[in-house]
Amino acid sequence: MMNYIWAGMLVFSFISAAFFGNMQEMSDGIVKAAEDSIEIVLELGGILMLWSGVMAVAKEAGLMDKIARLLSPVIRIVFPKVEPKSETASLISMNITANLLGLGSAATPLGIKAMEKLYEEGGRKRYATDEMIRFVVINTAALKVIPTTIAMFRQEAGAKVPMDILPASLFASGASLLSGLLMAAVLSKIFRPKGE
Amino acid sequence: MVAIVGALVMPVMLCGILLYGLFKRVNVFDVFLEGVMDGGKTAVSILPALMALVLSVTLLKESGALNVMVKVLDPVSTRLGIPPEISPLTLLCPISGSGALSMYREILNTYGVDNIVERTASVIMCSTETTFYAVAIYFGGINIKEIRYTLPAALTADFTSFVVSSFLVRLIYG
Repeated sequence: MMNYIWAGMLVFSFISAAFFGNMQEMSDGIVKAAEDSIEIVLELGGILMLWSGVMAVAKEAGLMDKIARLLSPVIRIVFPKVEPKSETASLISMNITANLLGLGSAATPLGIKAMEKLYEEGGRKRYATDEMIRFVVINTAALKVIPTTIAMFRQEAGAKVPMDILPASLFASGASLLSGLLMAAVLSKIFRPKGE
Repeated sequence: MVAIVGALVMPVMLCGILLYGLFKRVNVFDVFLEGVMDGGKTAVSILPALMALVLSVTLLKESGALNVMVKVLDPVSTRLGIPPEISPLTLLCPISGSGALSMYREILNTYGVDNIVERTASVIMCSTETTFYAVAIYFGGINIKEIRYTLPAALTADFTSFVVSSFLVRLIYG
């Protein structure tokens, strides 16, 4: 599927550029994209390496197990196939915790590690397992208790009570998460992996 | 207050974990270095998928294709109760984090704060992540291309957030 979406986006861009006379912009865009992606990897890579280091310490100290135990009821419901005491469960728990605290830059490295573990423990399948997809959906729904970044922008812009959007944002992300997981549950019955 | 709480979380987490490690007699410095090396490998494995994504998103923007998509989707989003001022934002949210953020700041500048448009935009920014980016880096790291129903499920979550945010802001602050 990625094949068609990706190629489709590029071809659609080319047609639009031809139609609107933006070919020079598109040409510059190609060079810019190459530079940007290296820049993002450097940025993300830095923070990824830092938190990998911190998490290695947390794991060695037995802190990961403690956090996994804290969220184990959630893990048991959403990821029934994941062993509640495993490192995968801890990583998923840590990722969810970091998300809830609004620490996107810490949550992403943890999520990438969790995906690696899901891959290894899921039998190194070449397709995405239901657990992986559920995990990605949870991460794209952005459930957080304290939306620090947006609150800071609102404060800068002069909002009287920057956090007053909290009830709406909590409810909206909750609804978003539920609908995503529900959709995943329905679609997992339809999109069976090929050749299984 | 907001800034203080926000600034506290990360340092507390970092120092807390390191102190706990020391308390448990972990060789924190060595273990940290090993972990960093491990993270470096992961960072490299993400690069290809990320480059593919950045290329397509940048070209959609530069070629004017994104504007076409906004125009096509405009009547749909209006019907769903999404304020027309922020319908471009809803299109950008799932595909480009930096793009969405700069458009959000533009909305803050243009419309000011504490009104329906700004609040809806803020709630949407709080309740969505950059879906395509997350999909690219999470599956890119383990080199999985057959992602099955990931995109429809994740985009359903985004879509729900747009509609529910617009509805709630009108309901609570309207």
